[in-house]
Amino acid sequence: MGVGRVPTLDGMTTTSPPQTGELPLPARPGWPDATGHFGIFGGRFVPEALIAALDDLTEAYEAMRVDPVFLEEFARLQRDYTGRPSPVTEVPKFAEHCGGARVLLKREDLNHTGSHKINNVLGQALLTKRIGKTRVIAETGAGQHGVATATAAALMGLSCTVYMGEEDTRRQALNVARMRLLGAEVIPVTTGSRTLKDAINEAFRDWVTNVDTTNYVFGTVAGPHPFPAMVRDFQRVIGDEARGQVLEREGRLPDAVLACVGGGSNAIGIFTAFVPDDGVRLIGLEAGGDGVDTGRHAATITGGTPGVLHGARSYLLQDHNGQTIESHSISAGLDYPGVGPEHSYLNDIGRAEYRPITDAEAMEAFALLCRTEGIIPAIESAHALAGAMKLGRELGPDAMLLVNLSGRGDKDVETASRWFGLGDREEVDPGPGLDTDQQPTEGAVSNDEAVAGPDAGEQA
Amino acid sequence: MTTSKLAERIDAAKAEGRAALIAYLPVGYPDVDTSIDAMVAAVEAGADAIEIGVPYSDPGIDGPVIQEAVDVAVRAGVGIPDVLRAVRAVADAGAVPVVMTYWNPIERYGVERFATDLDAAGGAGLITPDLIPEEAGEWIAASERAGLDRVFLVAPSSTDARLRSTTAASRGFVYVASTMGVTGARATVSDAAQRLVARTREARPDIALCVGLGVSNGDQAAEIAAYADGVIVGSAYVREMLEGRGADGVRALTEDLARGVRSAGVRA
Repeated sequence: MGVGRVPTLDGMTTTSPPQTGELPLPARPGWPDATGHFGIFGGRFVPEALIAALDDLTEAYEAMRVDPVFLEEFARLQRDYTGRPSPVTEVPKFAEHCGGARVLLKREDLNHTGSHKINNVLGQALLTKRIGKTRVIAETGAGQHGVATATAAALMGLSCTVYMGEEDTRRQALNVARMRLLGAEVIPVTTGSRTLKDAINEAFRDWVTNVDTTNYVFGTVAGPHPFPAMVRDFQRVIGDEARGQVLEREGRLPDAVLACVGGGSNAIGIFTAFVPDDGVRLIGLEAGGDGVDTGRHAATITGGTPGVLHGARSYLLQDHNGQTIESHSISAGLDYPGVGPEHSYLNDIGRAEYRPITDAEAMEAFALLCRTEGIIPAIESAHALAGAMKLGRELGPDAMLLVNLSGRGDKDVETASRWFGLGDREEVDPGPGLDTDQQPTEGAVSNDEAVAGPDAGEQA
Repeated sequence: MTTSKLAERIDAAKAEGRAALIAYLPVGYPDVDTSIDAMVAAVEAGADAIEIGVPYSDPGIDGPVIQEAVDVAVRAGVGIPDVLRAVRAVADAGAVPVVMTYWNPIERYGVERFATDLDAAGGAGLITPDLIPEEAGEWIAASERAGLDRVFLVAPSSTDARLRSTTAASRGFVYVASTMGVTGARATVSDAAQRLVARTREARPDIALCVGLGVSNGDQAAEIAAYADGVIVGSAYVREMLEGRGADGVRALTEDLARGVRSAGVRA
């Protein structure tokens, strides 16, 4: 593989067929195998009824991924619609809290829709059109993948249904409204734990029933083959760009690359380009919730065991009967008891490390980045920032850390206000900066006078 | 190699000029004892085999009726030891016990250990809705060793090549999913089922084909019995339990279905 070189467009190892020369494909890792296995992980544990659809999808995707017409269209959308390449921002004041190590952020938060999720859905939406289906379905936890899917569906004229755990629709009401504005149908899922894992179950049930017309736009590098490999391919642009940007600016590779891991798509996205670079540590930060030893967490690799969930073998949180254990995290996007099979594989072969970050550690990093750098991160991404704070202290000031800032925190403002505003999370007591006696600005509409949107015009 | 308990029983039904009746009930709804009583009631009323459901937290191919029941069992901590107790009870009552399970509970228990314990309890084998033969290497080896049946599913979307490979890996019978979708009673069983039975029989003529998904009453059972070797009924049984009719409801439903599989027009 092409290791240790600046990835100039003409100098890369490539698996692409003869084409225009403008869009060479970077080398893929040597996994998964042809049937989607990453060592013992991955595969297809799904009802037979879905196998034909997965086979068709695999075949269509393998043809599309090397098709110059697709590559050009995908590159155009990434540039003109998403806003790629996303910049790399050095954050020196935040880095003072990281043992003085240098910290560079890959700014996926600046993408259209506010996170890395758009990278994947544009690819899968193009694939949906290519296979002639007119409807997409998706699962969503924090709502970022749902919003991204609804966005791509609006752009490409596809009908869109998003399944979201009822619990999450409450935690992320803003994103529910965004999806509906974009024309998507949002179905709150009331089965099981009413979170992301149950939304995935419902989406699979929809898919098996409507597979003739419907494509499942899976949001992360989990699920049955070909999703883990396909989503990786669509997300690897993060690391391909960042590796080139860091090399160009610094003349060397970072010592470590850090990313949060729920299902793991932003982490795989930034890791993949660096996998052949043996000197670069790859560190995934899992949601430690209240602490792994409390049992209330979502740190799947740190605290789980191998098993089968949602169509693939991977690490998962399960009890002695093999029942999935409900996960816990302040971050809805990481609140998932499974993880993509490639992460399980990278862990077991020792290429990547996975560490837990508690809710409190993540929120400390969240607040620090806001105040020191003027960037409000997604709480998911704050787990990676907290990992950088710890690793920087371990490695000292000579270290250079690349952190994937996978999303922005607008959606998390309410959660963050509650976290910081309260001595005790049950009691509503405004924290510093919020005054109980604060008077409304003169002329402002106070809550009880607010007019619902559709009626607003009549009163104005 | 031991003979297949399921194939033997389905052949016996055929010798009587009828299709076999297979009743699904999950272990642990509303509690383990009551669910086992209901299984025994189904046996006494004429079910040939009981598909004993292992509760699972993420039943991806099940509709709302079965989800509601297994959710209760999962929360109560019902596990493989309870399932093995149900297997023994069904075997003692004189029907063939076959376990229906998503794959993770078996992998967690240990595939070899499960095969040994299921065989010792008198179970015939496994129906595996989310395990395809390509992923089933360990189970195929364990079931061969223990002489257990392997019931894989075929679906209307299965290609001819997959019908051949899936039926070749099967033992006991092949579960023919009548429709694209999840479990649950339907007003009509689609004619896709009959076409799929014909295609599957062409792929492998020497194995029994039982049709499930959507069957809820004797008339539907009779319709299917005209072209299939067995009829599988699930959600309609679970509905009896959810609505509190328990063993009596299960008995009445079984009598209706048993009439259906014995009605005229059954294929030779």
